[in-house]
Amino acid sequence: MIRLRYAAPLAALVLLAFLLWRGLALDPREVPSPLVGKPAPAFTLPLLESGAGGKSFSPSDMRGKVWLLNVWASWCVACREEHPVLVELAKSGVVPIVGLNYKDEPEAARGWLARFGNPYMKSAVDADGKVGIDYGVYGVPETYLIDAEGVIRFKQIGPVRNASVRCCRPRHRKAPPRENHCRAALHGADGHGARGGP
Amino acid sequence: MATAHAADHEEAARARALAEELRCLVCQNQTIADSHAPLAVDLRKQIDRQIADGKSDREIVSYMTDRYGEFIVYRPPFNATTFLLWCGPFLLLAFGALIAWRVVAGRRRAPAPLSDAERQRARRLLE
Repeated sequence: MIRLRYAAPLAALVLLAFLLWRGLALDPREVPSPLVGKPAPAFTLPLLESGAGGKSFSPSDMRGKVWLLNVWASWCVACREEHPVLVELAKSGVVPIVGLNYKDEPEAARGWLARFGNPYMKSAVDADGKVGIDYGVYGVPETYLIDAEGVIRFKQIGPVRNASVRCCRPRHRKAPPRENHCRAALHGADGHGARGGP
Repeated sequence: MATAHAADHEEAARARALAEELRCLVCQNQTIADSHAPLAVDLRKQIDRQIADGKSDREIVSYMTDRYGEFIVYRPPFNATTFLLWCGPFLLLAFGALIAWRVVAGRRRAPAPLSDAERQRARRLLE
């Protein structure tokens, strides 16, 4: 059968092309987070803002609101890329952004915010990176979307490039609290961020 | 003093062994034992701390995979998802061998006897 002789290598080629198309499109730098769908790890950290006194921040402070936790540092070059996007997002007021100042010097961090703008309602200082480890942070910047119950819903690895924010108006007032909140979807330049892990 | 020393050596050996089984997520082709990345340094410290706390190897690895996922374990597990990764090369080899065998077997088979018309054509061509 002549046809089979030609069909078999052709099929193998098509299969190989398909595998390469899928495989080469994957980015090993984007490690899926096993924390998506799980409660955001608890912590209590001091605030960056001077004059904050003994005040601190915990994720539980944000219960009842959908919010973003943005991991940033003054030494991080890529953070400068996403910063204007975050500043715009903060101005629109759709979703509060809390900063996690990761392994940084407070003076340098404050100076950086003064220079480039401050989109954060607060910034928590993670000086030794221990909270970062709990959140599976392996690079900066990273951004977590956390829902009103404190569950991590999405993790963006790398800079936020185009913040596309969709706000769902509640369908009825009497709907349970879970449905009455705004969902902010963040996209990197190629239209997707890190999705949930296994 | 001698026993304290021995315990230290054992702990250090355990820490090293664990660090060599975990991937540095920054320099992804290195283990956290070899990597100089700040994250690798932090994670090595975590391992030391947890060993000192008396955690087992399995608990320490779970600590890492809970936060960073399966990818942080350098050696991929053998399960339904990674079956192709482990067995793929051998399957391809077997497939290639099968094709080679069929081609060689095909060549060894004598060609079918010629019909009269074909034999005359062959004679004409050979003259």
